[in-house]
Amino acid sequence: MSIDKDKIKHTAKLARISLDENKIESLSKDLSNIFNFIEKLSKINTDKVKPLTSILDHSLRTREDKVTDGGIRDKILENSPNKNEEFFIVPKVIE
Amino acid sequence: MSNITNKSLTEIVDLIKKKEIKSEEVTNAYINNVKKGKKLNSFITESFDNALTKSKNFDAKPNYEVLLPGVPLAVKDLFCTNGVRTTAGSKMLENFIPTYESTITSNLWSEGAFLLGKLNCDEYAMGSSNETSFFGNVINPVKENTVPGGSSGGSASALAADLTPATIGTDTGGSIRQPASFTGTIGLKPTYGLCSRWGIVAFASSLDQAGPMTKTVSDCALMLEAMSGFDSKDSTSIDRKKENYSKKLTHNIKGLKIGIPKEYRVDGMPNEIEKLWEKGKKILKEEGAEIIDISLPHTEYALPTYYIVAPAEASSNLARYDGVKYGFRSHNGSNLVEMYENTRSEGFGDEVKRRILIGTYVLSSGYYDAYYIKAQKVRQLIKSDFDNAFTKVDAILTPSTPSSAFKIGEKKDDPISMYLNDIFTVPTNLAGLPAISIPIGHDKNNLPLGLQLIGKPLGEQTLLNLAFSMESKSNFKQNIIKWWEK
Amino acid sequence: MSEDKSKYLIEGSQGKWEVVIGLEVHAQVSSRSKLFSGSSTTFGAQPNTQVSLVDCAFPGMLPVINKYCVEQAVKTGLGINAQINSYSVFDRKNYFYADLPQGYQISQFKNPIVGEGEITLDLKTGSKKIGIERLHLEQDAGKSIHDLDPSNTFVDLNRSGIALMEIVSKPDLRSPDEVNAYVKKLRSIMRYLGTCDGNMQEGSLRADVNVSVRKDGDSKLGTRCEIKNVNSIKFMQMAIEYEAKRQVELLETGKSIVQETRLFDTKINETRSMRSKEDAHDYRYFPDPDLLPLNLDKGLIEKIKKNLPELPDQKKDRFIKDYSLSPYEANVLVSEKEVAAFFEEVIKTADKKLSTNWIIGDLFASLNEKNISILESPIKAKEMASLINSISSGLISGRAAKEVFEVMKDTGGDPVKIIEIKGLKQKSDPKELEALIDKILEENKDKVSQYKSGKDKLFGFFVGQAMKVSGGTANPQLVNNILKNKLK
Repeated sequence: MSIDKDKIKHTAKLARISLDENKIESLSKDLSNIFNFIEKLSKINTDKVKPLTSILDHSLRTREDKVTDGGIRDKILENSPNKNEEFFIVPKVIE
Repeated sequence: MSNITNKSLTEIVDLIKKKEIKSEEVTNAYINNVKKGKKLNSFITESFDNALTKSKNFDAKPNYEVLLPGVPLAVKDLFCTNGVRTTAGSKMLENFIPTYESTITSNLWSEGAFLLGKLNCDEYAMGSSNETSFFGNVINPVKENTVPGGSSGGSASALAADLTPATIGTDTGGSIRQPASFTGTIGLKPTYGLCSRWGIVAFASSLDQAGPMTKTVSDCALMLEAMSGFDSKDSTSIDRKKENYSKKLTHNIKGLKIGIPKEYRVDGMPNEIEKLWEKGKKILKEEGAEIIDISLPHTEYALPTYYIVAPAEASSNLARYDGVKYGFRSHNGSNLVEMYENTRSEGFGDEVKRRILIGTYVLSSGYYDAYYIKAQKVRQLIKSDFDNAFTKVDAILTPSTPSSAFKIGEKKDDPISMYLNDIFTVPTNLAGLPAISIPIGHDKNNLPLGLQLIGKPLGEQTLLNLAFSMESKSNFKQNIIKWWEK
Repeated sequence: MSEDKSKYLIEGSQGKWEVVIGLEVHAQVSSRSKLFSGSSTTFGAQPNTQVSLVDCAFPGMLPVINKYCVEQAVKTGLGINAQINSYSVFDRKNYFYADLPQGYQISQFKNPIVGEGEITLDLKTGSKKIGIERLHLEQDAGKSIHDLDPSNTFVDLNRSGIALMEIVSKPDLRSPDEVNAYVKKLRSIMRYLGTCDGNMQEGSLRADVNVSVRKDGDSKLGTRCEIKNVNSIKFMQMAIEYEAKRQVELLETGKSIVQETRLFDTKINETRSMRSKEDAHDYRYFPDPDLLPLNLDKGLIEKIKKNLPELPDQKKDRFIKDYSLSPYEANVLVSEKEVAAFFEEVIKTADKKLSTNWIIGDLFASLNEKNISILESPIKAKEMASLINSISSGLISGRAAKEVFEVMKDTGGDPVKIIEIKGLKQKSDPKELEALIDKILEENKDKVSQYKSGKDKLFGFFVGQAMKVSGGTANPQLVNNILKNKLK
């Protein structure tokens, strides 16, 4: 199955990754090979099979409604590449 | 004491408890080895000051009632360590210093151990040779110019070279077991949910599991006991009482039924691997186990299934690396979207980007049913294969890898060839089962080869016992010459 | 087919157009902590002080669900007569935005916790049932602040991760009026249940409005546009009007409607396209592998059902039946649980009719003027009852009561004391009144003759004089009777 350049560009856009024009050619080749490999699955009949929803057999565990976290602004902002005392700072979004 | 670092973890713990050796001496011995082992490139971050301080503190006020008293441990750089840089082998987290500690490492430190350093790995755990790390390739101590396997390549390399008495890695498709096999060490991937994922940089949430990597099976049991256990912060953690794996360890495997799946005999498999498998069967038979032929019919679909599910989950798990809250942020980009695109393009390596693209694609509109849902259905079939098999047997014996360690650069340009490394290990991640790789022999080039034992859910004790028995009878000897010290 | 004159239609240049509206209401759950983390949810905190490592999506962080939020979703589902799904799944909705730290929102896509339901609206034209498609739980996003800096956006993650119930209506709404009634009813139900405080100013309740138009009489649905994040009913109504007219204009000039997401610009009262959302959105939903499917214990659902408080519709029916109120009166009194409670407290000891009129009339007017809720009313229920009883018992006249109320509305207080202080006790002693009236008739002999010779209107003059002389405290009934007697 071939993954053409337009599909790759669109997918890269969705994944917010910019691609070099000269890399798209080799990417297309690589991805097409990988998808050929994955295509093997189409050979198997799974009409009567339910998709796996969880390997575990326990139910989703819940927790009590208590405030046990937060109030750690310094730690939260510490690692940010651009911030001030109160906020994360990012380039403007055009709304 | 000479050659402390040749000893097993169990022996070292014993010596410390008997007061025949001090933690500081042990720690210094390993620090020296690490300093001499730079060529292996297995460490990304060294924590020597911290380790020495902790060792001295231990010696001043020792507590022998714990499992790992005064033991320095280096860990895979995927475990977030408080105040110590955690990179996941990526430029994206090159300078990231977590303000929190992963549950697994917390458990180890609670048992008396302390951090020696952070070990190199494939970027974001994506790789089978430790050739995708931003911090450079790791070398296999067994032979120069050879890969150690991946993604826990730094862990396996450091362990085999005596740079750490034991270590932990993570296994999503074989990332503990395959490097263990390549380096002649032991690696165990626990049942999904036995070990907490909280604080581990996530790759594929439904497949990731942390596990011990050690030189002996006793060590493995000890490490597993120390690290495992229920964590309420992880919704996928299993709520049950901790097991005393090391205390219950026994050579007695009489009457256990071992399945040999015919589908694991793949075309073109080297003769040596076949012979190794036979050796393993023989040992088990001699120790009283029963060998039974079984079938796992959907085995051939495991790798394609894995390469849909894992990238899909990864594409979503890695969306948080956007340069806003932490990590690398590109200087290029005049608005938010451009900042994202450049940050992620510059911060991620090629293999990671490839997998994110695959994952994004298989989840996207129009392809979700054909790929992702299909893969989850096949995954159910693979799991059912195992469920069926385990009504007849107690464990399954297979080779760990389709070959021994290959040369650095040999498979780098062929992703599929690289992916095939995981052909024997991937099915167990898909089914959430425990599995251990133990070194059983060498190939004609003197490179180690391992066999894999797969167990029932939460059947770690049985696996450890089988491995313990095989270890004692295999006569495997690690014959590494420390070429990197020259 | 009779023409429904009350139908809301847009008058285009080529005919009449019907507006079809569907609402996606986002209601913040009234929990103390967030849906998947233990951070606080209180409104108005300093930026980024209610953010945990999980909320900020640090490497290795994992979600654990809040039991209370699950229960509130079930409660709300029961309150809107909906199907509760004992099996539901949390999915990741993947997209990138500065206030979405994970790069995905944990929501529910294919298997929501609550299925189809309906609520009944009380409109001027009668009652109307509005269908509800589903209700699901999801994480709220943080806040992006664009106007603090010319080239940067500031991000506050306090709101990130707060539990939202998304309630999706069927496209059954047909006018701004119906939207008003729908949102108010939904809000009322949730406030009764205590599952959401419905405070639109604080953002606890907001809606995305889907609008399309079609020629009156057509049954096919037109292309719709979504107007995102409208946070007041007034704006919803304005947005709908503008958007419907915009669409009609486009269609009548031969153009087609582009299905897109729009914003309501409250500065110019117009909808406009959201540029950042112009790209086709592919959310790539898939079940969140950090969570397991949610299985609700049937026992839990039953328990919640049993403990449901009386809901607005039930209370309204009861008020009409037990207190002989009109549907309109009942509606007004049950709109807020606190108002209904106030009313029932008052009528424990006071006359129902008078209470209804005084509460709906004078009290509400005063509260509206002060822009406060009944919980903040200076007049307490017991005091209100006491005032009304003063009228029923004849202690004061209705007119005097209004004077007393004027004092109470600002400072509260015991009406009996105020009556004393102001000397407003009604004079009801027949002898006293007779003497008073005799005096008036004496002093106005000419008017008495005029009245007796036919000028009936002068009766009012005598009544007025009696009131004036008595300082408004003469019992009007008695004054009337005595005058009638004396002027025979």
